[in-house]
Amino acid sequence: MSDLQLELEILRYDPEQDQEPRFQTYSVPCQEEWVVLDAINYVKDHIDSTLSYRWSCHMAVCGSCGMMIDGEPKLACKAFVRDYVNKTVRIEPLANFPIERDLVSVLDDFMNKLRRVKPYLIRKEEKPLSEGEYRQTPAELNKYKQYTLCINCLCCYAACPQYALIPEFIGPAALTMAHRYNQDSRDQGRAQREEETASHEGVWDCAFADACSLVCPKHVDPASALQQMKITSTVDWYLEHLGMGGKKS
Amino acid sequence: MAKSNKPLVWGLFAAGGTLTAFVTPVLVYVTLMAAYGDPPAALDYENIQAFAANWLGKLALFVVISLSLWFAAHRLRTALHGLGLRADTAIAVAGYGISAVGTVLAAYYLVQI
Amino acid sequence: MSRRPYVRRISTTTWYLKKKRDLVHMIQELTSLFVGIYGILLLWGVKALSEGPEAYGAFLEALTGPLSLAFHWVAFPLVLYHAISWFNVTHKAMPIQRGEEFLPGKYIVGAHYVVWIGFSLVVLFVAGVF
Ligand code: FES
Repeated sequence: MSDLQLELEILRYDPEQDQEPRFQTYSVPCQEEWVVLDAINYVKDHIDSTLSYRWSCHMAVCGSCGMMIDGEPKLACKAFVRDYVNKTVRIEPLANFPIERDLVSVLDDFMNKLRRVKPYLIRKEEKPLSEGEYRQTPAELNKYKQYTLCINCLCCYAACPQYALIPEFIGPAALTMAHRYNQDSRDQGRAQREEETASHEGVWDCAFADACSLVCPKHVDPASALQQMKITSTVDWYLEHLGMGGKKS
Repeated sequence: MAKSNKPLVWGLFAAGGTLTAFVTPVLVYVTLMAAYGDPPAALDYENIQAFAANWLGKLALFVVISLSLWFAAHRLRTALHGLGLRADTAIAVAGYGISAVGTVLAAYYLVQI
Repeated sequence: MSRRPYVRRISTTTWYLKKKRDLVHMIQELTSLFVGIYGILLLWGVKALSEGPEAYGAFLEALTGPLSLAFHWVAFPLVLYHAISWFNVTHKAMPIQRGEEFLPGKYIVGAHYVVWIGFSLVVLFVAGVF
C-alpha cells in the first residue's frame, strides 16, 4: 500500500572497489508518513542489502543518521518523504567529512576536538561530600540548558563554510559544548577551556555565517554560543592584557 | 595551544559593525543628496565647521571614521579568505595598517578644525 | 576490510556560489567594503574641512561627480543591508536573561530597529533634510 514513489539517488562508495564515489538510483514505494530513513531502510531490506549507513533511534535522539538530503544536512529520521515528492532526492554522507563507506562518514576529527575542549564539569577544588550536592536554581539551569540538547549529529559541521575551508577549526558543536560547561554555575573551567576555545582554531575561525544554527535539528543555536564566547574571550583577553588577572572562571 | 590575539581587532570589529549599522546608512543618504548637488543645510561650511569645532562633534566623527575602517578591515580579511586568497598575513597587515593610519589622520585633521 | 576514507574536495574560490545561504553570507561580508570606503570618504571630507572653506567647497563639488554618484547608489542599499543583517542577529550575541527565562530575541532585535530608525530620523531632521 504505497502512497507515493520516491527516487533516491544515493551516494555509494566501497573503499575496496571504488576509486571514487558514484551515485546509484533506487525507486522506493513510500507511505505518506514515512521519513527518508524509512525509505533508506526499505532499500536496505528489499532492494540492496550492501548499502551502509548509520541509524539507531529513529526519533531524532541518537544523532547517528545525519546526512545530506537534497544538499542539506538533516537527520534522515526527521526529514519527511512527502517534502520530496516528484523529484529525485540526492542522499549523500555529511559534507566536510571523509567518507568511510556509502553514507557513513569518518567522525574522528570531531571526536578529537570534542575531547580537547574538556566537555565536563571542572572544579578548582571539589567540595567534600559532607557539604552536600552542588545546587542550582532553575535560572542557572536555563542559562545552558539549550546547549545540552545537542545530539552530536554534526549537521552543523556539514553546513559550516568555515569548517569546509579550515579543517583545523574546532567547529560549532564542540565549541558549543565548551560554552555549555562555561555557562554552568557549578563549573570553574573556563580559563582552562580558553586555551583551546580562544585559540585561532577556536572561536576565532568562526565567521558567524549562522549556517550551523539554521540546520541544527535540535535548535541548539551553536552560532549564538560561539558569538557569546567571542565576547567573553575578548573581555578576558583585555582584562588579561591590562594586567587585571582576568583569569576569572 | 596559544591563545589568539584576535580579540584586539575583534573588539574594534564588533564595535564598528554595530556603530556603522546605526549611523552609516543615514550618513550615506545625506551625502547621496550632496552627490545630487543638493546637500542639506548641515553640510554647509558654517554648520559642519561648527559641528566639528565642538569636541563632541570631533569625537563623533573620529569614532565613526576609525571604527568604519577597523570594522571593514577585519571583515574583509575573512571575506578575502573566503574568496580564496591565502595571503592572510599580508591582507591583515594592509587592512589593519590602513585602519591605523586612517585613525591617526582622522585625529590629526580633527584637532586642526 | 581495508579503510580508505574518501575526501571530497571543495573549490576554495567558488564554494559560495553553490549554495544560496553561503552566497548571501558572502554578500553580507562584502558590504563591509562599502562601509570602509565610506569611512575613507568621511576622512577625506574631514581633511577638506580642516583646510578651510575653499577646500571644503571643492570636496562638495567632487561629491557630485559620476564616480561619487555611482558609489553612493551602490553603497546605499548595501550599507542598509549591512545594518539589517547585523541587527537581525544581535540577540544571538547578546541574549538577555530576565529571571528564569530569556527575553525573546525579537525584542532585542526590535529595540535595535527602534533606536536605529529614531536615530536616523533625528539625524535627517537636524541635518535639515525635512
Ligand atoms: S536515527 Fe537517531 S537521530 Fe536519526
